[in-house]
Amino acid sequence: MENLKRVDLIFGAYTNEKYKVLESTLKKSSEQIITEMINSGLKGRGGAGFLTGLKWKFTAQESEPTKYVVCNADEGEPGTFKDREILTKVPRKVFSGMAICGKAIGAKKGYMYLRGEYQYLLPDLMAELDVYHEHAKRFNHDFTIEIRMGSGAYICGEESALFESIEGKRGEPRNKPPYPTVSGVFSKPTVINNVETFVNAVMIMKYGAEEFKKLGTSDSRGSKVFSISGDTPKAGIHELELGMTLADFVAEFGDGDTKAVQVGGASGFCVPRKKFNETIIGFEGVPTGGSMMLFNSSRSMYNVLHNYLDFFEEESCGQCTPCRVGCQQLLKGIHAVKKGEKPSSYLNQLLQLSDTMKITAKCGLGQSVANSFSSIVENFKEEMIY
Amino acid sequence: MTETKELVKKLADKYGRARESLMPILQGVIEEERFVSSEAMTEIARELDIASAEVYGTATFYSFLDTQPRGKYVIRVCKTITCDMHGKKKVIEKIEDLLKIKLGETTQDKKFTLLTTNCLGWCHQGPVMLINSTPYPSLDENKVTEIIMDYMSK
Ligand SMILES: Cc1cc2nc3c(=O)[nH]c(=O)nc-3n(C[C@H](O)[C@H](O)[C@H](O)COP(=O)(O)O)c2cc1C
Ligand code: SF4
Repeated sequence: MENLKRVDLIFGAYTNEKYKVLESTLKKSSEQIITEMINSGLKGRGGAGFLTGLKWKFTAQESEPTKYVVCNADEGEPGTFKDREILTKVPRKVFSGMAICGKAIGAKKGYMYLRGEYQYLLPDLMAELDVYHEHAKRFNHDFTIEIRMGSGAYICGEESALFESIEGKRGEPRNKPPYPTVSGVFSKPTVINNVETFVNAVMIMKYGAEEFKKLGTSDSRGSKVFSISGDTPKAGIHELELGMTLADFVAEFGDGDTKAVQVGGASGFCVPRKKFNETIIGFEGVPTGGSMMLFNSSRSMYNVLHNYLDFFEEESCGQCTPCRVGCQQLLKGIHAVKKGEKPSSYLNQLLQLSDTMKITAKCGLGQSVANSFSSIVENFKEEMIY
Repeated sequence: MTETKELVKKLADKYGRARESLMPILQGVIEEERFVSSEAMTEIARELDIASAEVYGTATFYSFLDTQPRGKYVIRVCKTITCDMHGKKKVIEKIEDLLKIKLGETTQDKKFTLLTTNCLGWCHQGPVMLINSTPYPSLDENKVTEIIMDYMSK
């Protein structure tokens, strides 16, 4: 355990008085909040890892008077379940984070977009939301929060698709630019952050940027909530400091026979055993929204890849050709190679196709299929063929 | 007024008649009727004053907004990788056995529909299924039998 540092930032106990951190933060100016956020070096926890403080600053600078705060609680990446745990255990911190962001950027309204699969959480969240609104009123903070539900579409986790969905439309990603900081939900300047990012913001306000920066590495500040599953005796949620090597991670969470770890879900990267030592988990190495799936030698990596491609093929919104057709062709392709209908050299053509998708697909879904595809095919070629 | 008409009107009164009210209204119809019928879609289009093609286009985009008739209890078993590794196939076979239907089908009495779905966010406690909106994690053949029998007697 010496090589992994456990932390208790996200799930730590609430303050004694309800919404105390929010109350004290509201006494600060918008500039003070944003400066503190930028100094903390916090990067978004939804996967892409953009600097949160900068995102808030850009939105605050927009002259349009109506702005929005959106909490992305669509958590659909295979292998991720940490946002569900956060919303179950510490929803107050999530609402506080949204309200602090509202103060920082000058928004009066926030939306939480909760995936349909988590509808069972709604009664408890609504009850906490009542408590929040009571306190916001008492603090004279004009910022209300509304929860909107998804209905079973992974693509709605993509920020612009999520906006479309809130607006009552098909969840089809938009062209970028414009970015959400300029034109987000209802075409107004919008900050969209992951559930965990908002909780981190509250912790930064509570302890200060300097304390927060003591955790992690220069590229990956703070702690991260990991969702650990697969072949592991310790499946579940673990809050760890960023910047560890995958070897240390596997020593703690593996079952002694770990063959590969999929870091970052189906849209992330597969790291084989021989690269565990050199792989750092964090923005300087392999980034992750928190999904860590372990596979031992009894597992067929062909089956794993097949499962991921099935997932992408179903969840592709179908709007652009490289992704809609590409996902189908990759799936058909590995099938054909496995059955011997195509020679093994056909895999190279498929790798080229996935590279093409990376540069031509419209959104992050189509662009990231190549991550798992090439890392699995290249590292486990024999398993794809025999 | 038919029941569906009344329901749509009630939902539109509650959520409003702007375009952004469409999702909550569709979700409300699912909650009550388990699927969005063409009658419901036409009614929603009328209430919101938009083309019914818009309603259809939106509804069919989302996997939980079924446009086919479904049973009173919609079972969705997670088929994503970790649930797959930990025995989702056996769980599905057990349910098929108990309800005497195949995956994708609805029982004759319109009580159950059996479907699969993508990651439900319970990978550490798979296999998992949803029955309507309630998740049931850590399934094995015994546990799933108990749960389904319980619903059968409801
Ligand atoms: C296909 C796809 C799915 C995504 N799903 C999620 C998600 O479920 N939750 C999330 O926070 N971000 C998701 N994202 C990333 C969001 O687009 C966005 O970058 C993020 O919400 C920003 O918040 P952050 O800066 O706090 O990470 C997804 C992106 C793509 C391309
Ligand atoms: S890349 Fe895929 S999900 Fe994204 S817009 Fe294109 S078809 Fe839709």
